[in-house]
Amino acid sequence: MDTTELIRIGVYGTSILLILIGLYAVLTKRSLIKIIIGLSIIDGGIHLLLIGIGYIKDGTAPIFSPGSENAVARMVDPVPQALVLTAIVIGFGVTAVALSLVIRLYRHHNTLKIDEIKNLKW
Amino acid sequence: MKKAIVILMLAVFGYFLAITFLDPQFEAERNRDGVKKFYLDKTVSELKTANTVTAIVVNFRGFDTLGEVTVLFLAATALGSILFKKRHHIGDRTVLLPASAIVGSGAKLIFPAITLLGVYVFVHGHLTPGGGFQGGTIIATGFLLMLIAYRDFSISHNILSVIESLAGIGFVTFGLLGFMNGGTFLQNFLGTGVLNDLLSGGVIPIIYILVGFKVAAELTGLIYTVLHEKG
Repeated sequence: MDTTELIRIGVYGTSILLILIGLYAVLTKRSLIKIIIGLSIIDGGIHLLLIGIGYIKDGTAPIFSPGSENAVARMVDPVPQALVLTAIVIGFGVTAVALSLVIRLYRHHNTLKIDEIKNLKW
Repeated sequence: MKKAIVILMLAVFGYFLAITFLDPQFEAERNRDGVKKFYLDKTVSELKTANTVTAIVVNFRGFDTLGEVTVLFLAATALGSILFKKRHHIGDRTVLLPASAIVGSGAKLIFPAITLLGVYVFVHGHLTPGGGFQGGTIIATGFLLMLIAYRDFSISHNILSVIESLAGIGFVTFGLLGFMNGGTFLQNFLGTGVLNDLLSGGVIPIIYILVGFKVAAELTGLIYTVLHEKG
């Protein structure tokens, strides 16, 4: 197993681990803030996964500098990077709206524990 | 008990994720030249933009970016309307604490440098890593620093909305100008110049600068709303 293989498995492994940690937090934690932190961790894992998919062996950034016009074969895939740029912005928007809802809930119930907010039960 | 069920479920999910991405066949599929080669070739030969990611975000997928900017705008609007409060409901509890003199002077000293860095990042978005979203975020962090350091530092929401609206209208206008001159929305209709020049890439730098202004105004407004939340 060479180094590239190890790097690849490391990147995929880390990102899958991050996604699972985030899901665990979302499913088991009681505090609304912790649930939002979990959502952010899932976001980070997915971004790392997408960037990892674009990686090639000995890849360079997909940016042309003078004299590197022939380096196309060594450049990493720019498409996942552009998609992750979009995903980061959307993730930011989701987190901002979620936090504002939490502020509103806290103002109403004076607690962040989801078990104590009885209106959520049905 | 509940935690055990969750861990079991996550283990199954993780197993399926792992066998999908660690499969050698996926690896072989991934390394083929597909849309990647198309974008890399077209960026140099047609658009003369050094940064391929910027070319994809602003030109090839420019309409997608317009939608993305709209999502950011909607998030800022939603946040404002969720946190909206009538004046007589406002209490005096606040998250802002008085800052020390060191923070105050440091913030004053470093704020112009942060703004300059943000402007540099979005002006050079088509040449170096960075662009409108990143530069706008850097400028917003400068305003965040000022808001933390000075409790009475105030920003006019009206000016922010004017900047935001003008930038948004400018984006759509350049899209429509492409419609009139080239045939499709966001078509590159200006001269493309020489690769790696500051004035290269046609409409790409102009649109990214507009995006930078829009993102900076939106994020600053968002931070201002949340920091001045009183309960």
